[in-house]
Amino acid sequence: MAHPLLLRAWIVLLLLLCATVGASFVLAGAASLAVALGIAFAKAAVVYWFFMGLRREGGLVRLAAVIGTLWLLILLSLASLDYLTRG
Amino acid sequence: MTEGMLREPYATLHQQHQAARLGMHLFLASEVMLFGGLFAVVMVMRILHPHEVVAASERLHMWLGAANTAILLTSSLLVAIAVEVARETRRRATYRYLAGAALLGLLFLALKAFEYGSEYEEGILPGGSAAALSNPVQHQFMNVYLVATGLHAVHVTIGVLLLAGLAGGLAAASLTLPKRIPLVENLGLYWHLVDVIWIFLYPTLYLAR
Repeated sequence: MAHPLLLRAWIVLLLLLCATVGASFVLAGAASLAVALGIAFAKAAVVYWFFMGLRREGGLVRLAAVIGTLWLLILLSLASLDYLTRG
Repeated sequence: MTEGMLREPYATLHQQHQAARLGMHLFLASEVMLFGGLFAVVMVMRILHPHEVVAASERLHMWLGAANTAILLTSSLLVAIAVEVARETRRRATYRYLAGAALLGLLFLALKAFEYGSEYEEGILPGGSAAALSNPVQHQFMNVYLVATGLHAVHVTIGVLLLAGLAGGLAAASLTLPKRIPLVENLGLYWHLVDVIWIFLYPTLYLAR
């Protein structure tokens, strides 16, 4: 298993998993949600950058890799605006 | 090592690689949108009924979910290493790592099945005793939980079959390297995306507090 970079990425992912489980015991409400989602995005970034190999790709492939998530975030933020502002 | 890799209609290996990656990522984007609808449902429920969602989430087995997260992350590591050794045209190492990833995928499914079983016994899954959950929103949360994790489990099942098939083909030498490097890479991308979807499902469903 002479792939130190991938191994290190895996260790970071497991540490982030411990962090998100730990945070769920001490945080609640909006802070809990923000931290949980922040850690999830950090984990996803590690998977995309190291495991999916985006660090070796050019701009075109990197753009294609994140565009679906970007569109989804636009969809979710516009949908949540509606619910958050109607009281 | 690059001999025999270039296929019609590509002019260069770089162009072929970019086309394969681009096509795969566009397919994965459609998967992101498919699961995105389910995330939108959970988001709206959390905005409208924060306390009921937290109460239902606390009924889930967060440690089983955490174990399954670790299993999928490890399985992703094995697939990432399989891609590296495939690029070095080490056929034997490639199929061993792929088979290891498929086995971890099976372990994930076994744990998930055990988890569904115990949740059904507790009466919190759809079809269970109505008394176990005190509120219609909690029922709805459990329905979304079952649909989202069930759809994810279908993706894991497909991934396990594809990983096992690829490992078997490489082991039997009916699939050869370096010709099949793009196949190993693209199946790897699919498996990593299934992992990423679980990375988001786990906190939104199990850790709502």
